[in-house]
Amino acid sequence: MGRNDSAMTTPDAPAAATLPPDAPARSDAAPAPALVINGVNHSYGARRALIDVDFTVAPASFTALLGLNGAGKSTLFSLITRLFGIQSGQISIFGHDIGRAPGEALRLLGVVFQPRTLDLDLSVMQNLLYHAALHGIGRRDARLRADEVLERIGLADRASSKVRDLSGGQMRRLEIARALLHRPRLLLLDEATVGLDVKARADILAHVRQLVTEQGIGVLWATHLFDEIVGSDSLVILHQGRVLARGDVATILAKAGAHDVNSAFMRLTGAQSGSLAP
Amino acid sequence: MSSTTANARPAGFSFAEYLTCLNGIVWREALRFLHQRERFVSALVRPLVWLFIFAAGFRQVLGISIIPPYETYILYEVYIAPGLMAMIQLFNGMQSSLSMVYDREMGNMRTLLVSPLPRGYLLFCKLLAGTAVSLLQVYAFLVIAWFWDITPPPIGYLTVLPALILSGLMLGALGMLISSGIKQLENFAGVMNFVIFPMFFASSALYPLWRVQEGSPMLYYVCQWNPFTHAVELIRFALYGKIDWISLAVVGGCTAVFMIGAILAYDPSRGLARRGPAGGET
Repeated sequence: MGRNDSAMTTPDAPAAATLPPDAPARSDAAPAPALVINGVNHSYGARRALIDVDFTVAPASFTALLGLNGAGKSTLFSLITRLFGIQSGQISIFGHDIGRAPGEALRLLGVVFQPRTLDLDLSVMQNLLYHAALHGIGRRDARLRADEVLERIGLADRASSKVRDLSGGQMRRLEIARALLHRPRLLLLDEATVGLDVKARADILAHVRQLVTEQGIGVLWATHLFDEIVGSDSLVILHQGRVLARGDVATILAKAGAHDVNSAFMRLTGAQSGSLAP
Repeated sequence: MSSTTANARPAGFSFAEYLTCLNGIVWREALRFLHQRERFVSALVRPLVWLFIFAAGFRQVLGISIIPPYETYILYEVYIAPGLMAMIQLFNGMQSSLSMVYDREMGNMRTLLVSPLPRGYLLFCKLLAGTAVSLLQVYAFLVIAWFWDITPPPIGYLTVLPALILSGLMLGALGMLISSGIKQLENFAGVMNFVIFPMFFASSALYPLWRVQEGSPMLYYVCQWNPFTHAVELIRFALYGKIDWISLAVVGGCTAVFMIGAILAYDPSRGLARRGPAGGET
C-alpha cells in the first residue's frame, strides 16, 4: 500500500516537502516545521523496518507517534538523531537536513531515548554538566542552566546525589531536563514513561505538555499507550514500518469511523494486517 | 520565547565550544577513573608485580648488554621499565575500549553520539581522555619505580611525555577500533587472549630483540612488525632524552591508521546501523 493512498495528510505536509533540504528557517516566511520526515525507508538486511515514512511536526505542538512494539519507532528515532545513516528519504529539523548539516540540526534537538542513557556513577549535576560540555556550553553557563532545570523538575536538592540512587521517575525527569539543557526547539521522547508508575507517568506527560505551551517546543512523543494521547494532539500511527494515518486526533477518528484512539488504531491496523487484534 | 532566541546563532562551532567539549569528555573520563579506585590500584599493581617479582627473578638469568639508548650496563628492572609503562597504556587502551562497549550496551554512548559536534572530533576527544588517564597511571608507576632504583635522568620524565601521549593515542585508537567490532560485552575476554597477551609478549618489552632473534628468527620478525614493540622503544628512547625515529614513524602511522579506522567504524551507516537498535527497542 503506497503512502498516499493509506495516510491521512496534515495541512502542512505539502509545504514541508517543498522546503530546500538544508535551508534554515527564514523570519520573513512561514516558520519551518520543527521536523520533516520525507519518504524515509530503512532496512535491516532483508527486513524492512520503515517504508516510505512521511510526516511533519509543527513548532509548539505535541505530536504522538503511536505504534506497537516493533512498529519502527526506535528505528525512526535513531535516524532522526543520526545514530543510523539515512538509507533513503530525507529528514530535516527546522529546515536543517540531518544528513547535510547534522551539527545545525542536532543543536536544535533534544532527545530522551527509550533505554536509560544517564551515567549512573556520576552525580545528577555531573551528568548535566557533561551533557552541556558535549554541546559546547561553558562550565559557568552550564551550572546556571543546570540549577535552573533542576529547580524546574524538583530535583534541586538531589544535585549531588548519584544518579544510581534516584527512582525511575526521577531518572526520567532528569533525562528530560538534560535534553532541555541546551535549549532545543524540538524534543523527541521515545517511550519515555515505560516502566513508571501511574503518577510518575502523569507527571512527566504533564511536564512535557507544559514545555509545548510555555516554551513553544515541538514534541514528538513515541508511545504504544493510547491513554497518553489527548484530543488536542497531532497523531501519527506507525504500523509495521508504515504510516497508516497522520493528522489531528479528531480528523483521524472521523476518517477511521471510530470514537476513540484505541478503536481507530484497531481499525486501521486491522485493515493493514488483516487482524483486528494488535 | 527563550529557546528560539538561544538558537539564533551562526552556523558552525567556535574554538571555545570545541575546547569545552574536550574538557567535558576528559573530565568525565577522569571522574569515572577516580570513582573506580580498584581500576587505579589494579593498573598499578600489574606492572609492579612484573617489576618486583618477575624482574627480580630474571635479573640473574637475563643479561642485558649495552644497547641504545643505554650507555652502560643496566639492571634488568631498568630494561623492562619502559615495557611496563607501555603495558599500562596497552591495558588502559583496552580498558577504554571495554568501557566503550559497556557504554554502548548501557546506552550512554548515545549521549556522546548525538552531540552536534563532529563525530570524528568526539571520538578523538574520547581517545585523548583515555590517554590522559593512562598518563596518570604511568607517572604513578614511575614514582614507585624510582624507589626501586629505576632512575632515568630527571629531564627524561619530561621528554617521555610526548612519547607517552603518542603511544597512548595509538593503543587507545586500537582499542576503539576493536570495540567497534565487538557486539557484546561478553566477547571482550577474547581481546585479552588475542590482542593484549600476543602484543605484549611478542615485543621488546621483556627482552631485547637481539635476544629474540637468537632464539627464534620468526618471532623476531613478528616482534618487528608489532606496533607495540615500537611504542616500547619510543618510550625507552624518550625516557633517556633520545628519539628513535623509526619507532616514531611507526607509532605515528599506526595511530593515524587506527584512528581513521575507529572513526569509520563508528560511522552510523557502518557501525550501529549494522546491528540495529538495542535489544527491546524497535
